[in-house]
Amino acid sequence: MKGYSRKDEGCPRLLDLIPKEKERLTKSAEEKKTRHGSSEEKQLELRLGPPNGDWTIKNKNISREKDHESLLPFGYFSPWSSSSGTTPFLQAHGQLKESSQPNPAKTAVPNSSSSSSSAQKRTAPTPVVGWPPIRSFRKNLANGSSSKPISELQNAVGSKISSEKPIENSPKSLLVKINMDGVPIGRKVDLKEHDSYEKLSFAVDELFRGLLAAQSNFSAVGIKNDEDGGKAITGLLDGSGEYTLVYEDNEGDRLLIGDVPWHMFVSSVKRLRVLKSSELPTLSRGRKHGKLSLDTSPK
Amino acid sequence: MDPKLKKTKDSSSNSANSPDSTHSSFLFPDEVLERVLSLLHSHKDRSSVSLVCKDWYNAERWTRTKLFIGNCYSVSPEIVARRFPRIKSVTLKGKPRFSDFNLVPQYWGADVHSWLVMFAKVYPFLEELRLKRMTLSDESLKFLATSFPGFKALSLLSCDGFSTDGLKAIATHCKNLTELDIQENGIDDFGGGWLSCFSENCSSLEVLNFASLSSDVSFDALEKLVRRCKSLRILKVNKSISLDQLQQLLVQAPQLIELGTGSFQQELTPRQYEDLETAFSNCKNLQTLSGLWEATSLHLPVLYAACASLTFLNLSYATLRSDELAKLVAHSPNLRRLWVLDTVEDKGLETVGSSCPLLEELRVYPADPFELDLHHGVTEAGFLAVSHGCRKLHYVLYFCRQMTNAAVATIVQNCPDFTHFRLCIMNPGEPDYLTNEPMDEAFGAVVKTCTNLQRLAVSGLLTDLTFEYIGRYAKNLETLSVAFAGSSDRGMQCVLQGCPKLRKLEIRDSPFGNAALLSGVEKYETMRSLWMSACNVTMSACRLLAKDMPRLNVEVMRDEGSDDRQADKVYVYRSVAGPRRDAPPFVLTL
Repeated sequence: MKGYSRKDEGCPRLLDLIPKEKERLTKSAEEKKTRHGSSEEKQLELRLGPPNGDWTIKNKNISREKDHESLLPFGYFSPWSSSSGTTPFLQAHGQLKESSQPNPAKTAVPNSSSSSSSAQKRTAPTPVVGWPPIRSFRKNLANGSSSKPISELQNAVGSKISSEKPIENSPKSLLVKINMDGVPIGRKVDLKEHDSYEKLSFAVDELFRGLLAAQSNFSAVGIKNDEDGGKAITGLLDGSGEYTLVYEDNEGDRLLIGDVPWHMFVSSVKRLRVLKSSELPTLSRGRKHGKLSLDTSPK
Repeated sequence: MDPKLKKTKDSSSNSANSPDSTHSSFLFPDEVLERVLSLLHSHKDRSSVSLVCKDWYNAERWTRTKLFIGNCYSVSPEIVARRFPRIKSVTLKGKPRFSDFNLVPQYWGADVHSWLVMFAKVYPFLEELRLKRMTLSDESLKFLATSFPGFKALSLLSCDGFSTDGLKAIATHCKNLTELDIQENGIDDFGGGWLSCFSENCSSLEVLNFASLSSDVSFDALEKLVRRCKSLRILKVNKSISLDQLQQLLVQAPQLIELGTGSFQQELTPRQYEDLETAFSNCKNLQTLSGLWEATSLHLPVLYAACASLTFLNLSYATLRSDELAKLVAHSPNLRRLWVLDTVEDKGLETVGSSCPLLEELRVYPADPFELDLHHGVTEAGFLAVSHGCRKLHYVLYFCRQMTNAAVATIVQNCPDFTHFRLCIMNPGEPDYLTNEPMDEAFGAVVKTCTNLQRLAVSGLLTDLTFEYIGRYAKNLETLSVAFAGSSDRGMQCVLQGCPKLRKLEIRDSPFGNAALLSGVEKYETMRSLWMSACNVTMSACRLLAKDMPRLNVEVMRDEGSDDRQADKVYVYRSVAGPRRDAPPFVLTL
C-alpha cells in the first residue's frame, strides 16, 4: 500500500477518498492475515472469503435446506492430512456444514464438511459453473454413459447462469418446455407422467388444441371442429398430420420423436417442439443403421 | 466518391498555414508517404505511426484497409467511420472471454448490427468480416449478405444469436464468397439446407468450414461445390459426412492445404478402404488435419501417407488411445502443432516427445472433464516427456488432474521459450500431489525462466507468492487468467504493479477485494480489460473507480439473491465511446 500514497499526488480526489477506504480495507486485510496466520497453524489460514471470513455473506438469502447434498462446488478435494504441516487451503470451515450451502451457481465456496469423513477418498465433484474452462462444444466427447449424467447436470447448472431455462430434473417430475409453431406461448409437459410416445402425443394435443384454435384463422378450409372447440392435433408421430413432434437432445441436436426406446428418450430430451410438417424436409426412412434421417432437399 | 475526398485532403495538407505540412510535402510528398504506409499491415505498427505527427496520422488513416477492434465497446461505429474512410476488412471481438464458460448471461450485448449499419453506409466495398464472441441475428446476416456486393470472407468464432437460416442468406447472396468459416458458435441448427443455397455459378470458395454444425447437408450439393471451386484450399466438413463421401470429395480437391474430415467410422469394403488411402496419398499439400470423429485404429492408417507433410494435427475430437496416437505421430515428423484428448495418456505423450522434435504447440484437452477418476487422463509425466523431446515447445494448454512443482521446473528448463503457458489442474485448489505444497514454485519457475512469456493461466493451490513472482518476473506478460487462487489483495496488487505489458486480466473465485481493484486505478487505461467474478469486490469500490476514471467503463452484474453490496461480476475496460447504450437491465454501468 505504500506505493499507493506516492501515486496520490496527482489525484487529490483519490487522496481524499482512497485512504479512508484503504485504512478500512488494510485493517481487515491485516486482520485476515493475523487470523489466518502463518502456515504452521493447523487451522485454516488461507481461504477464499471476505474479510470476516464468511462466504455465506453472499448467500444469506439462499435456502438453508440445501444441505450436504451435491450442491457444493468443492464436493471433493485431495486427501491431504496435516502431517506435512503445510497449509490446507480449502479447508476447515468444519462449520460450513451448518452454514448455508450456496447455490452451485455461486461457485467457489470452500467446502470442508466432508473433509473429516472422507479425507482419503474423493467424493463426486459438484459442477462449478464454467469449470474446468472447456467450451460447451468440447463436452460429451467421452463415450462412457457414466459421463452423461454429470455433464447433463453441468449443462443444467451452466444454463442457469446463461439464463436459459434448465430442466427440473428431480426424480418426481421431468418437466420440459414445449413450443408449437404458430403459438407464441409455450407449455411445459411432465414426461414422467407418461410412459409412451402415444401418451405424449395425446398430452400434446390436450395442451395445444385450445391455444391453436384461438390462434387459427377460422376461414381455413377443411377444419373439423370438435365439440370442445378446436381441431384435434393428430399424426404427430408419423408425419401424417399437419404437425410433427420433434425434440432437442442434450447435445443440442434436433431429432424426430420415436427412434429410441422411451426411457432412452426421456434421459436425453431437453425440450420439445411441435413443428408444421410442411416446414420439415421430406422424411426418408431406413438408412443403414435404422435411423430416421431428414433428407435435406434444396428449397 | 474517392476523388472528391482526396481533393479535400490535399487542400488541407497543402495549406500554407502549417509549417509542418509544407516542410513535409517538400521532403516527403503525401503520395510517397502513403505508398510506404500502405505496406504496413500490423495494426500495432499503424497505431504507432499515427502518433508521429498530424500528417502521418492522416496518411495512416487513409491507407488503413484492415480494421482490428479487440473490444467492440472500446470505440463506437461513428468514431471509426470518421477516422477511417477506406476499410475493406474488419475484425471485431465482443464478449469477455469467460463468456465461453457460461459466466456471462445471454443477451449481454456485443451485437454487431449497429456496426453493420455503419459499414453499409461508409464501407460499401467491405470484403471481410471476422467476428469473435459477438452476437448476430439472422437479420444481421441477411443485411450483411445484401448490403455489400463485393463481400468475400465471413469468419464467425464463438458467436451466437443466429441460425442456419442466416447462413442461407450468405450462401445465396454473396456471389463472390471466398471464405465461410463457422466455428464453435451457439447457433440454432435448422438443417443443412444452407449449403444447397450456393449458386451453381459460385466457384470462388477458398475456405469452407462448417465442422461445428450438426445437421446433414446435401452431399450432392457439397460435392458439386467442391468440384467447381478449384481454388479451395481449406475444407472442414461436419460429422454427417461419411468416409466414402470424404473420399469422393478428396478426389475432387487434392490441392487442399487444410482438411477437416467428417465421421471417421464406417464399414468400408476393401476397395473403398483402398480408394480412401489413395485419395489421402494424393493430397500432397496437406498441412492441417482435423475432425476425425470416432476415429479408431481401423481407419487411421489411411492417413499415414498424408501425415508426412502435416504441420498441424488436431485430434481433439478423437478419443485415441496411446498406441493409436503413437502410430500417427510416428508418421508425422514435421508436426509443429498437436492437439489431443487426454485419452492418449502419458504413454501417448511420450511417443509425441520421441517422434516430433519440431513440435512448438501442444494442447491436451480432457475427454471427460467432470470425471474424477485419477486413473484417466494425463499427469505431469506426460508433460515432462514432451518437454524432453520437444525443445522448441512454446505454446502449451494442458488439462490434468495432478502436477508437481518439480515437474514444472524441469519442464521450463527443457523448454525455456514458452510464450503461452496455460496449465489447468482440474480440481480447484489442488496442491503439489507429492509434497502437498502450493504450486507457487511451479509458476515461479515459469515466469523466472520464460522471459518471453506473453500469456499465462494458473491453477492449483496458489498463495500470493505466485503473484509476487509474476509481478517481479513476468515483464512481457500480456494476458493472465486466474481462478481459485491467491490469498489476499496483495496478490492482485503485485500483478498490477509489476507487469508493464499487461493487457487482459481475468480473475474468478479468488480472494481479491476492493484494495486490489483500486490499486490498479491508473493501470486499467493501459489495458484492454479486467474481469473479476466471485471475488471480494463491493459496489462502493466499483463506483469509486467509475467516478475517478471517466474513460473506463465499469460494469457490474449481480447474481440472483446476492447481497446488494457485493459486485459479483465486474468488467472494466477502457473506452473512448463512453458508457454503452445497449446495456441490458442486468448490467449496471457505474
